[in-house]
Amino acid sequence: MTKLIKVSIDGLEVEVPDGTTILDAAKKAKKYIPTLCYHPDLKPTANCGLCVVEFENMDATKRACSTPAWEGMKVITNSNKLRKLRKSLLELILSNHDVACPTCDQNNKCELQDLANLFNVDDSIFPKILKKRPLDLDSFSIVRDSNKCISCGRCLIVCQEIQTVYALTEGGRGFDKVITTSFDKGMYDSPCVNCGQCTVYCPVGALREKNHKDFVWEALLDKSKYVVVQEAPAIRATLGEEFGMNPEEVTVGKMYAALHKLGFDRVFDTNFSADLTIMEEGTELITRIATGGTLPLITSCCPGWVSFMETYFPKRAENTSTCKSPQQMFGTLVKTYFAEKEKIDPANIVSVSIMPCTAKKFELARPEMKDSGYQDVDYVLTTREFIKMIKEAGIDFATLDEQKADNLMGAYTGAGTIFGATGGVMEAAIRTAYFVLVGKELDDLDIKAVRGMTGIKEATLTIPTKDFGEIKLNVVVAHGLSNARQVMEWVESGEKDYHFIEIMACPGGCVGGGGQPYGSSIADRARRGISLYKEDKDLPKRCSHQNPDVNKCYEDFLGKPNSEKAHKLLHTNYFERSKLNGEIIREITHKH
Amino acid sequence: MKYFRTHILISVDESTIRAGVKNFIASLRNHLDKYSLTDEIGILETGSIGFFGKGLCFVVYPENIIYANVTNEDLNEIVTEHFLKGRPVKRLIVEKPERTQYDFNYKKRIVLENSGIINPEDIEEYIGVGGYEAWEKALLEMKSDDIIEVVKESGLRGRGGAGFPTGLKWSFTAPIKAKQKLVVINADEGEPGTFKDRLIMEGDPHKLIEGIAIACYAVGATKAYIYIRGEYKLCIERLRKAIAQANEYGIIGKDIFGSKFCLEIDIKVGAGAYVCGEETALIESMEGNRGTPRSKPPFPGVKGAWQLPTVVNNVETIANIPSIIKNGADWYSAIGPYKSTGTKVYTVLGDVKMPGLTEVEMGTTLRTIINEYGGGMKDGKKFKAALVGGAAGVFLSDELINVNMDYESLKNYSAVLGSGAILVMNDDADIVDMLWSVIRFFRHESCGKCSPCTNGNELLFKLINDIRNGKGKEEDLNKLIQVSEVMVDTCFCALGQSLLMPIKSAIDNFKDDFLKRMN
Repeated sequence: MTKLIKVSIDGLEVEVPDGTTILDAAKKAKKYIPTLCYHPDLKPTANCGLCVVEFENMDATKRACSTPAWEGMKVITNSNKLRKLRKSLLELILSNHDVACPTCDQNNKCELQDLANLFNVDDSIFPKILKKRPLDLDSFSIVRDSNKCISCGRCLIVCQEIQTVYALTEGGRGFDKVITTSFDKGMYDSPCVNCGQCTVYCPVGALREKNHKDFVWEALLDKSKYVVVQEAPAIRATLGEEFGMNPEEVTVGKMYAALHKLGFDRVFDTNFSADLTIMEEGTELITRIATGGTLPLITSCCPGWVSFMETYFPKRAENTSTCKSPQQMFGTLVKTYFAEKEKIDPANIVSVSIMPCTAKKFELARPEMKDSGYQDVDYVLTTREFIKMIKEAGIDFATLDEQKADNLMGAYTGAGTIFGATGGVMEAAIRTAYFVLVGKELDDLDIKAVRGMTGIKEATLTIPTKDFGEIKLNVVVAHGLSNARQVMEWVESGEKDYHFIEIMACPGGCVGGGGQPYGSSIADRARRGISLYKEDKDLPKRCSHQNPDVNKCYEDFLGKPNSEKAHKLLHTNYFERSKLNGEIIREITHKH
Repeated sequence: MKYFRTHILISVDESTIRAGVKNFIASLRNHLDKYSLTDEIGILETGSIGFFGKGLCFVVYPENIIYANVTNEDLNEIVTEHFLKGRPVKRLIVEKPERTQYDFNYKKRIVLENSGIINPEDIEEYIGVGGYEAWEKALLEMKSDDIIEVVKESGLRGRGGAGFPTGLKWSFTAPIKAKQKLVVINADEGEPGTFKDRLIMEGDPHKLIEGIAIACYAVGATKAYIYIRGEYKLCIERLRKAIAQANEYGIIGKDIFGSKFCLEIDIKVGAGAYVCGEETALIESMEGNRGTPRSKPPFPGVKGAWQLPTVVNNVETIANIPSIIKNGADWYSAIGPYKSTGTKVYTVLGDVKMPGLTEVEMGTTLRTIINEYGGGMKDGKKFKAALVGGAAGVFLSDELINVNMDYESLKNYSAVLGSGAILVMNDDADIVDMLWSVIRFFRHESCGKCSPCTNGNELLFKLINDIRNGKGKEEDLNKLIQVSEVMVDTCFCALGQSLLMPIKSAIDNFKDDFLKRMN
């Protein structure tokens, strides 16, 4: 057990384990120390200096975020000297910051803005030293604005250590240091997988998503366009917290109502295609097991993971499910199945999806995603953009009457909704695979071993199949790309033997996606995941094969899972990408 | 051994190499050959003999005559007149008052004792003057604790700038159990106006190797790295040779002197960033990362390079070790004042008659260093200021010319010994220009890790640049001090914390220079 040490924070004595930082000790004493570069989810970079504290028994200032407390230390968290230092530091930062608050995407959610306001900072004390650099608009998903960057270093830790993508790095030195890609190119010319975690953790709006909101408004207000919308499961678990409601509740009905109010012609649900994905992917898994196909099978719902796999583990393309992601399955069906049913010219359909994700903006632009004959999905709004749209339209979200999704592609089961949390795809797939293999439903549909925020979750399931006797299924769930990398290394070295692997690029799964509200912490993500499992529990149908709209779609249009038509419309192929700049090197799997 | 009636000790260091010494030696050999003197007169290539800014120079023994500013054209005359006929060429001899700076206090030279006297590329010469005796004594007769105790008692303090007691530093790492411990020599000499480590390594690389070996044995390290700046080509070459020779002689390597102790020494070449002189940034750079400082604690002595316990010492510090072990702690601590024992190597630069390097006892006054070792003010001009301790030093005015140069005395005047650079300025010097170039240097060398240093330096530069261009206001002086005060308390490492000293001392002591620019 770690030794406990006694420390005094502003005269208040607390006991903390040896190795605790001064900041955490102060938290224990309920003392506030202002921070800027620090984020509780990330290891401290100690760059900004705002958290400096003084000591009663020592003439020194130290950073609270990165200095371990020691026995007998007497910390002073606030004094005239410290206030003056903190204020001057903020003034220094502002002298090198593009202070464009009213037009900034992160206005009112900006950590620098908050602090500057709290400390009554006058940004004209020091002359402006900002050297303007052009915006990086190259990427399909992410905009990089170096003029707002305060070099806190959070994005670097996220990109390099949590995601192990290494798209972002440091270039230049001293005042000319800039957070950029290798060779100082645009984000498009980097191994960036578009996960957008950097945007979530950026405190000042220097990294944000590429805006599709204006295009969507344009389509909505264009009478000649038929605008269809789908929403990812994670959205309903997030909206409540943003509109001052109970953050633990999902807000499906109000979400549909808001979408109708915004003027979408048809409001469907990505959960429908999540169920569809399970039918396709589950069938693929069973086929691979039955026919001795390539195992383990790895999920393909997450476009961040797919890019990561194509860049860093291209040999694993043969393991990756050929299924498109739910968003892309949905997009294809809207412009084929739905258009056919409703007799609408697909050329006039604008397909919009609302996603907790920035990588979806990249996914929709992948050149192969045109199986409907058109671009399958036209625009992706992140959760943040969607929230802004609701506010822009003056909709009072909290008081909306609940509505239902529209028919045909709106019904969903509990299996679809848990797609939004890490382990959800795995759990949904097991529920249906069990049914198909055994011929009856699982007794207990809750598969707790694959839930929760542990980075890598392994389980072995015993399934008494009707055709090949009892089989043992080794499954693993990884979220956060550093965990995915670990699992892939185990697979490649043969150290572990799995049958089925679920991977989500973002920590926490889609509820922690790169398009989720700024500053989403691990705690926020965990809570949203729990909300989705709660919704699942309360739904009358909890397995994908029970989804009436999915079954109808097979009957009327696709035939059966993994049919030729399903393969043509709902499955895809992969490429090998350059680790240097993400460029496509070659096609690595082919469409059947 | 061959007997020569005359020896020529010729300085082969970075500066004389640039002046063409290699070519010069070749032609000297030709001349000796021509007059069949090759068997009578020996040429010895040594480190710096202590002459700076005097072109090619060499000493002739046994006469002890020093020739300076010699060119190839003079060779024929020197050989025929001096070596053949025994009549020294008077016009090229350096006269008495301008003797080499090394000659002063000859007995007090410790780290430079062999420099300019032995051939640095020959291990036998080092052994011949008593080299590696201390290493043998340490390894075969002493326990590691004893060595640390001796170093502690000697009072030796780190010569890299901060002056941390060396023995104490070692005592933190020695008891730690680890699969490997490291000793890293900081030879990334980046302080403007400082080149003491270069001349120590060029003139006597084996002394450093011996010091490293003792340090490694004392703390239980089996691997040592010399982190050296890439510009020091000759040092790198000579250190590589020295390491190879020491390996060949079984002085380092496996099972040294049959003691089972093994030691490997390697060289890491840095790319010359100033911040890499900071020990944690140096470690990051050694590991192959960007040279930016790490959080302390954990201190390198506990978790350093590749997370192994790592002792980082300056070249000059380690070069003191062999003499301390050989002669004992009492001998060493008797040199210099209490709490600042031993000698210090200074680089005296600027408006003095004999700019260069000198090793003197700690506690020698600034006046003595400038007037005696620096030869006094050049062209009879008046002393105005000295920037003491490098760019991160303090501008001292003539009021403090009698200050004793040691850690404790300087502390009383908020000054530091730093790297030992003393930049002397006469009445013509403008402190605004000087401060401008100091700040420009820091702005260029800030690594960009922490925002107070990055933004602070840029802002300081903007302010001083405006003042220099006559666009400043008196309140800007307060801003300069205010920003650098914030930097002292909030910058991540010593680089950003250093600017207050030069800025405050310049403004406090030479305010008129600033006000002059504001009219």
